[in-house]
Amino acid sequence: MKYEAVIGLEVHVQIKTKSKMFTRVAAGYGHPANTLTDPVVLALPGVLPVMNKAALDAIIKAGLLLGCDIAPVCKWDRKNYFYPDSTKNYQISQFDQPICLNGSVEIELPGAARNIQGEHKSIALTRIHLEEDVGKLNHEAFDSLVDYNRAGTPLMEIVSEPVIKSAEEAYAYLTSLRATMIYGGISDCDMEKGQLRCDANISIRPVGETKLGTKVELKNLNSISYVRDGIAHEIQRQLAVTQAGGTIVQETRDYDGEAGVSQSLRSKEMAHDYRYFPDPDLMPVKVDAAWKAGIQAECPELPFAKQTRFQNDYQLPYTLTSVLVWDRALADYFEEAAKLAGPGKAQAVGNWIVNDLQRELGAAKLDLAASKIRPAHIAELVKLIDAGTLLNNTAKEVFIDMAATGESPAAIVAKKGLAAAPTDTAELEGWCREAIAANAKSVAEFKAGKESAINGLKGPIMKASKGKANPKLVDETLRRLLAIS
Amino acid sequence: MSVPEDLNIDRIANLARIALTPEEKAKFSAQLADVLTNIEKLKQVDVTGVEPTAHAFPVYNVWAEDVAQSGLSVEDALRNAPAKRDNMIVVPKVVE
Amino acid sequence: MSSELFNKPISELAALLEAKTITSVELTQAVIARTQTVDERVKAFNSYDTADALAQAAASDARRAAGQSLGALDGIPIGIKDVIAVTGQPLTASSKMLANFVSPYDATVTQKLKNAGAVIWGRLNLDEFAMGSSTENSAFHTTRNPYNLDCVPGGSSGGSAAALAAGEAIATLGSDTGGSIRQPAALCNVVGLKPTYGLVSRFGLIAFASSLDQIGPFTRTVEDAAILLQAIVGHDERDSTSFKTEIPDYRAALKTKKGPWKLGIPKEYFGEGLDPEVAAAVQKAIDYYKSLGCEIRPVSLPHTEYGVGVYYIIATAECSSNLSRYDGIRYGHRSADANDIVDLYFKSRAEGFGPEVKRRIILGTYVLSSGYYDAYYLRAQKVRTLIRQDFLNAYNEVDAIITPTTPTPAFKRGAKADPLAMYLCDVYTIGVNLAGLPGISVPCGFSSGGLPIGMQLIGQPFKEADLLAIANAYDSAHDWAKRTPNL
Repeated sequence: MKYEAVIGLEVHVQIKTKSKMFTRVAAGYGHPANTLTDPVVLALPGVLPVMNKAALDAIIKAGLLLGCDIAPVCKWDRKNYFYPDSTKNYQISQFDQPICLNGSVEIELPGAARNIQGEHKSIALTRIHLEEDVGKLNHEAFDSLVDYNRAGTPLMEIVSEPVIKSAEEAYAYLTSLRATMIYGGISDCDMEKGQLRCDANISIRPVGETKLGTKVELKNLNSISYVRDGIAHEIQRQLAVTQAGGTIVQETRDYDGEAGVSQSLRSKEMAHDYRYFPDPDLMPVKVDAAWKAGIQAECPELPFAKQTRFQNDYQLPYTLTSVLVWDRALADYFEEAAKLAGPGKAQAVGNWIVNDLQRELGAAKLDLAASKIRPAHIAELVKLIDAGTLLNNTAKEVFIDMAATGESPAAIVAKKGLAAAPTDTAELEGWCREAIAANAKSVAEFKAGKESAINGLKGPIMKASKGKANPKLVDETLRRLLAIS
Repeated sequence: MSVPEDLNIDRIANLARIALTPEEKAKFSAQLADVLTNIEKLKQVDVTGVEPTAHAFPVYNVWAEDVAQSGLSVEDALRNAPAKRDNMIVVPKVVE
Repeated sequence: MSSELFNKPISELAALLEAKTITSVELTQAVIARTQTVDERVKAFNSYDTADALAQAAASDARRAAGQSLGALDGIPIGIKDVIAVTGQPLTASSKMLANFVSPYDATVTQKLKNAGAVIWGRLNLDEFAMGSSTENSAFHTTRNPYNLDCVPGGSSGGSAAALAAGEAIATLGSDTGGSIRQPAALCNVVGLKPTYGLVSRFGLIAFASSLDQIGPFTRTVEDAAILLQAIVGHDERDSTSFKTEIPDYRAALKTKKGPWKLGIPKEYFGEGLDPEVAAAVQKAIDYYKSLGCEIRPVSLPHTEYGVGVYYIIATAECSSNLSRYDGIRYGHRSADANDIVDLYFKSRAEGFGPEVKRRIILGTYVLSSGYYDAYYLRAQKVRTLIRQDFLNAYNEVDAIITPTTPTPAFKRGAKADPLAMYLCDVYTIGVNLAGLPGISVPCGFSSGGLPIGMQLIGQPFKEADLLAIANAYDSAHDWAKRTPNL
């Protein structure tokens, strides 16, 4: 029997705000233990929550970017459960009235080859709601230590429908979702910092079956690659169990990405009964058209739309767009440089950015923002090459100098005397005339229509110029002289 | 007063995380049954089409702007803690 | 009225301070001395800090000497129910759970009183976590009724009412979830005001039932209630349920707002279970209003009988969640012999909470548990809407409503061992909380046994100025409060 996998993802994304979800003490990562607390975070007796407007703006933006319906009215509920990372022993969340409903995430599946665009697909979302993060437990040999710095950080829960079919789709879903959040300035989505966390619900069923199989929840998938590997592993595990005649038990499993194994979390907790009820300490939220429109106006173009535009407007190949569009800063950098370089030079600009700039930044371990090479420099470089002033080989050398010094390519060319020679067209013309005179056979062949015969004239010219002659000028001059000779 | 069949005091005490002695369980069960019987009266009220009151005077969109303020010092934050080490709260080992 | 400083109202003491006839230090010393004399018997305080109080009083005197007095409350010792946070002072909720807790922050009302120059004086006893009607549920000790030490002072703000009646403070703050200010005020012969929900910030008030709790003043006169209310009201950005509304001059309103008023008498509050002496005293007060030319009309609040049921669902549901934070982890009582984290929760909470608190947490957990939400909590919220609508309908016809505050005068300690019987003490006060309305209890007589009786006036939302003016019309013409207890 043939089986298919059905996967639903629950993704938690921390919203990048200055203060916490329900109190104004600073939010942040990497601070000394328990330095980001106040009476509200610690749930001291008598404290009350107050909503963070920026967190609401951010989740509405996320919803708009993902095509969700924004609820006109939503409210806050308490989810009651005891755990030492929770200070109130209830989490303020949204139960039956989430702020965002429906919507979808566009994904691209792997293409036939790296340089070929893959199939696009839309993964439906169930909902997105807003809640607060919990503190962090540090497990020691004999006890655990609690740090509440993270407690109260605004957190979105993005729930997909169970429509993801494979580990690759899950990987593509997270990649796209993550880029969308970063594009929107909603979160940095650094999984190492816990800013994006993913749980997967996985089941298998015979192809053709419409009922869902028993689902297993996979937790602690702490990188996008581990999500892919963990899901692939779990699907294989379920297939193996089923094919051996066993049955899948509903359980939560922990995936160890390094070891590539999973194990059941046999927590002895009873069935959850969260006793949700509306939080009497908070007032409901009403989102009107003006609020939504204001946020809509701040919504950026998303990667796939940008990719299509880059392909159409700049004639960029997929190999370049597939790199450029996933990083908003890089895409913006490209567009600025391409515009400065002028028409017809976008692909050259793209190549310099994707290949050379990325390599230099990678070697120096620098962010794009810290790059000494600015978009204007790239544009100037491409123009110099196009004008024949700079040869490709020399340009590579200039580029390394640009990365090191931040000087403009023209300044470096001038300083180091790297301009293509000769710029004196009379000298060049002289070499060309000599070459034509000395190579009658090639001239005859060329005139007879053999286009490649012109190359036979170029060798002697390059030799005469000691390799510094501008090939473009050489080509132009030769053709001009041959036409009249 | 008899205890309603569905009043599973062990389950409720477990959710509430309160250890009850057998005597407390018996006593509370009986007392809660009394109170619940009184509450049963509410079933006589016709609430068709009545909106629930969550807040006496509901208003919408009560929030604060996202401006970070300073919080408690670590000393103040942990002053009332029953057990602390390395500026953190000590709890019995949590097995996830 | 006794000539003793500690028995005088704020209005009089403010004039004496202003005239420099007395100093705040003298007044505070008088209150301290009185407390040290009588509190052994009354047991209104959980703790007090005389050095701190005298330092505040000295600072007040210094301000006044420099011509920088902060107004009527500057230098007046005000006692605080031990559920309201004061920086550096204990905050126990009269619970073993918080026996050693010291607050690192001020409640908004505390900050406001400090801004008004008041001398923050002592931590007043209550029923543990404000759950009770007699102050017998305090984990520390039972407060006595100053008029009869064998009787309860009412609750949950029993310490606030008893301390004021006994001259151990010039005014006090309490909190009221189902009658916890008005009921003890009635039982102890003082004025007790529960403001409209949202008028006074709850930030820094230990939550019992968040949608019902309000902080309010206990005072000797209605005029004092106006003075103290003025100091504590106002929108607070730290309390999302705090209401933005224009704040009038309450004390001035006592003079500017003149009747005659239309006053409603709800028949549901004068039926079975009402003590005849209480009924007679309230009737005399109604007759007095009639003599002022007020129109007395019967009104109906038909859903009154469901009030206790609705209250015990909503209040316990909210408290079961509000009290989850008391787990022995970050602060509070932690059991010494827990085996693991779950055991630590079970034992710390079993050891830290008293029986009434446990009972209510269990009930609240039950009504919220899976499968019961619609039948209990949601239905209770709907009936709450009907109860609220009853009041709003009545206000189409009348300016305020008069009822007894309590069915009976103070009862003997230990007399109500059955929780349900105790819950029914609040039958006349609960509706006001469910509807979010302001209510005030004003002394209106004594029983043949010498126990105080109070009447309750219920006002319209955020119209405290009118409510206080109506209450003052009676209070300023009677002198029940001058009958101080023999201690």
